[in-house]
Amino acid sequence: MQRIVILGGGVGGTLTANLLVKRLRRRIERGAVEIVVVDATGQHVYQPGFMYIAMGGERAERLERPERSLLDHRVSLLVGEIERVDPADQRVYLKGGQELGYDFLVIASGARIVPEEIEHFEEEAHHFYTADAALRLRGALDAFAGGRIVIGIAGMPYKCPPAPLEVAFLIESELRDRKLREQSELHFCSPIGRAFTIESVSDMATPILEEKGIELHTFFNVEAIDAERKVVQSLEGEELPYDLLILVPPHRGQQFLIDSGLAPAPGGWVPTDRHTLQVGQRPNVFALGDATELPLSKAGSTAHFEAPVVAERISAAVMGREPSGKHAGYQGRVMCFFEIGDGKGTLLRFDYDHPPKPPKPNQLWHLGKVVFNKTYWHTVPKGRV
Amino acid sequence: MTTETATTITRTIDARGSFCPGPLMELIRGIRESNIGDVLEVYSTDSGSRIDIPKWIEKAGHGLIAVETREGYDAIVVEKRR
Repeated sequence: MQRIVILGGGVGGTLTANLLVKRLRRRIERGAVEIVVVDATGQHVYQPGFMYIAMGGERAERLERPERSLLDHRVSLLVGEIERVDPADQRVYLKGGQELGYDFLVIASGARIVPEEIEHFEEEAHHFYTADAALRLRGALDAFAGGRIVIGIAGMPYKCPPAPLEVAFLIESELRDRKLREQSELHFCSPIGRAFTIESVSDMATPILEEKGIELHTFFNVEAIDAERKVVQSLEGEELPYDLLILVPPHRGQQFLIDSGLAPAPGGWVPTDRHTLQVGQRPNVFALGDATELPLSKAGSTAHFEAPVVAERISAAVMGREPSGKHAGYQGRVMCFFEIGDGKGTLLRFDYDHPPKPPKPNQLWHLGKVVFNKTYWHTVPKGRV
Repeated sequence: MTTETATTITRTIDARGSFCPGPLMELIRGIRESNIGDVLEVYSTDSGSRIDIPKWIEKAGHGLIAVETREGYDAIVVEKRR
């Protein structure tokens, strides 16, 4: 019997498990292959929805479902926290003493946020990377009666790269609707020399920032928060006072990957081949989604397009053949919607060789995002799109 | 700009194969972990680094010591000044 162990029940882990069933059904049914998903909570969370708790009337309970309900019944689910992986011995150790051998390992354990790495972050800064934090941000926006809003990024890489720009655009739009725009200043801080990492997207977003009167501060890498003076300071030596501070918290890969020697400290991102998604020189270990150190968006969409490749490569190895077809290798494909505010959006679609050419923002792409978010549960994890 | 460096390098950051803004972010991490006076050298295969990294160095108040084109990559040398 060959066992495929998948670490993480997010988009990447769930979809890989379900796609493996499609390819290996007969082997699974006759007991030659077993698929086990290990997840810390057993709850699948649709994280792109968090921003809408803060910005669009979304509710936390609609963004979470039992992982079991999304997995094919032929996949086993083990709920428990991973302590470490021993790649030499091909075993996964869980906290509490349980252990599990594997023939193939899929690392889909995502990213974690570490706001505590910046002093005063938790008391002073708002964010939208958990349901609770997004709800607190909503409360702060409701209480906001004008003043200076500073939106920034306190560490790269982070999940959903367009999100801070989207939040800036959506807040600007909301302030106009609430007749608070004239009493408010909006500042957007980018860690690099332009508004967004991808040049074509930056070229699209910069005139929109100008048009909306959102001041862009480039090369602003958040270093510290002075809680007493209500000032955010950059590594580059700039200071910006705020009345409402919204920062993307620093992100890291999972600690157990560092402890297992699978990812270097302090980042904890797994070195992964950009085409095969293999980890290092290990032919039976793969990584996808936010867990990798690939120079791609940390977003569900990336995992969505990587999962068929991991499923194809593992299935091929199980069946003793070469990977084949359109999912034999990953070409860096990512696709995501981008909110502009005022009910408009655009679409970012790109791969390793083709940067995005975002179409002119319109209502259709905004509605596309709304529909995608609502239908997610029935489409993505089950491999229907 | 191509300059010969005679400076002692404190730390080398090999960001070859990493794309914009990867090398800049790697340098920023290196600067955060270094002491004033340390000299860092970052290797990049991304052509954007030749422009972005010197701009960041100027903004951040550090010293650009050299930008060297080597075989297939650029080496940018910076002194941490604050």
